[in-house]
Amino acid sequence: MPVLLETKKITRCFGNFKAVDSIDLTIEAGEIFALLGPNGAGKSTLIKMLTTLLPPTSGDAYIDGYSITTQPNKVRRIIGYVPQMLSVDGSLTGYENLFLFAKLYDIPSKEARKRAKESIEFMELQQSANKLVRTYSGGMIRRLEIAQSMLHVPRILFLDEPTTGLDPIGVKMVWEHILNLKKKYNTTILLTTHIMEEADKLCNRVALLSRGNLVVADTPENLKNSIGKKEATLEDVFIHYTSESLANENSFRDVMRQRKTENRIQ
Amino acid sequence: MNIIFSFIRKTLVVAELEIRKILHDPTEIFTRAVQPALWILIFGRVFEKMHPISGSVNYIDFMTPGILAQSVLFVSIFYGIAIIWERDLGLTHKFLATPTPRTALVLGKAISAGVRCLPLAVIIYLIAVLLGVHVKWGVLNIIAVLIMVILGSIFFSTFSLIIACIVKTRERFMGIGQLLTMPLFFASNAIYPIEIMPQWLKIISKINPLTYIINATRTLMIADAPPTFLPGDFAIVIAASALFVFIAGSLYKRVIV
Repeated sequence: MPVLLETKKITRCFGNFKAVDSIDLTIEAGEIFALLGPNGAGKSTLIKMLTTLLPPTSGDAYIDGYSITTQPNKVRRIIGYVPQMLSVDGSLTGYENLFLFAKLYDIPSKEARKRAKESIEFMELQQSANKLVRTYSGGMIRRLEIAQSMLHVPRILFLDEPTTGLDPIGVKMVWEHILNLKKKYNTTILLTTHIMEEADKLCNRVALLSRGNLVVADTPENLKNSIGKKEATLEDVFIHYTSESLANENSFRDVMRQRKTENRIQ
Repeated sequence: MNIIFSFIRKTLVVAELEIRKILHDPTEIFTRAVQPALWILIFGRVFEKMHPISGSVNYIDFMTPGILAQSVLFVSIFYGIAIIWERDLGLTHKFLATPTPRTALVLGKAISAGVRCLPLAVIIYLIAVLLGVHVKWGVLNIIAVLIMVILGSIFFSTFSLIIACIVKTRERFMGIGQLLTMPLFFASNAIYPIEIMPQWLKIISKINPLTYIINATRTLMIADAPPTFLPGDFAIVIAASALFVFIAGSLYKRVIV
């Protein structure tokens, strides 16, 4: 498989703090790839850099050959992004959120209407398409957000904690739709998650981040076999590699952010 | 050419997004009309007894366009809080990850702020009729007033976005918004003419775009109003707005860091 995303010693500092420290990562086309790590490990910062929202302090990354630092506009055309927080507008209908957003990718109106309608069907949101999004459930909102980020058929989709705050049924439906996306469009997906089962079930490969560093990256199977424990789970792998940083409590900011996301989704 | 077409189209899409939101819930438009109505009906009625201005125009005639411009200022100067709110929600992140020029995001939002102010203009025209204000009724005059309302709103809402991008939090933003409104309002010819101001205030009023918005609105809206150089007033407001859209566009990404 050809390489779709490649980071080269990508680094981001905030003052003296290195949030992402010289990470080299390669993702092949068609992979579903998970970034795991405790809060503050640098997952969201890495995603923000890859989605061109935050310039790296040093290093670079290439998506389908385009540099995120020198060709950000080219990159924006071929990526889709669902942030951790809510990113559809509650004061608009589901259909409006899709139709108008499609036009920001230079899709002509007629085609935008068609794609909005198709993605509503694909995400099984027909019943609520013309209702204001503020009346949607958390799972419906997440599906709408994923639909919105797929309108221009991106080469790679970034999902930042796609199932945080959802109830089990919502989680299951979002997982199903992620797998369907992969099946239908062969979209490469890079997601961050705290749910080990999510990484295990959905992903071809998993990378563990800790304190801004890439600790290990491999298939879930290889990772489970690597720690020398019988019938190891990804949770064991996570604890094995990141136990030091787990001893540190989550920062106030992390906890607040996570609660905020959960409250809004419910 | 394609770049310009794409820029205009995306600007209008951003504006349409905002305008559709108002259409889904238009209550704010009516509540916002209360304040200017009170200014004209109470402040204007009381103040006119003091004969604060001389010349052929009576005081209510004089202040009505001033209050229109004032309400444009008051509505638009707090518009920036929307971007802080959208940043907290996650919407800003998603928009910034699309291939939309930052200046199109800013200008689209600013145009929608202008559209929000149009019902205010309609309501102030109605109040003017009720109070017997000597209004100029030419279609071109009314269209020009509405265009100036939109331009004024673009200027102040963009100013507000710039502040939001710099201060980043709601609390600080509200403080600065409150701090700015009254000085901008008082250092203009909204409720008294520039001629009666002390010298230092005259100088400030000359660099205050609100003065030019009011000059144009007054000349276009009121019969027998003192003439002004309309192309000059429009050019100043357009140039100031263009500069602010450019600045806000380059600061926009700062709001999420």
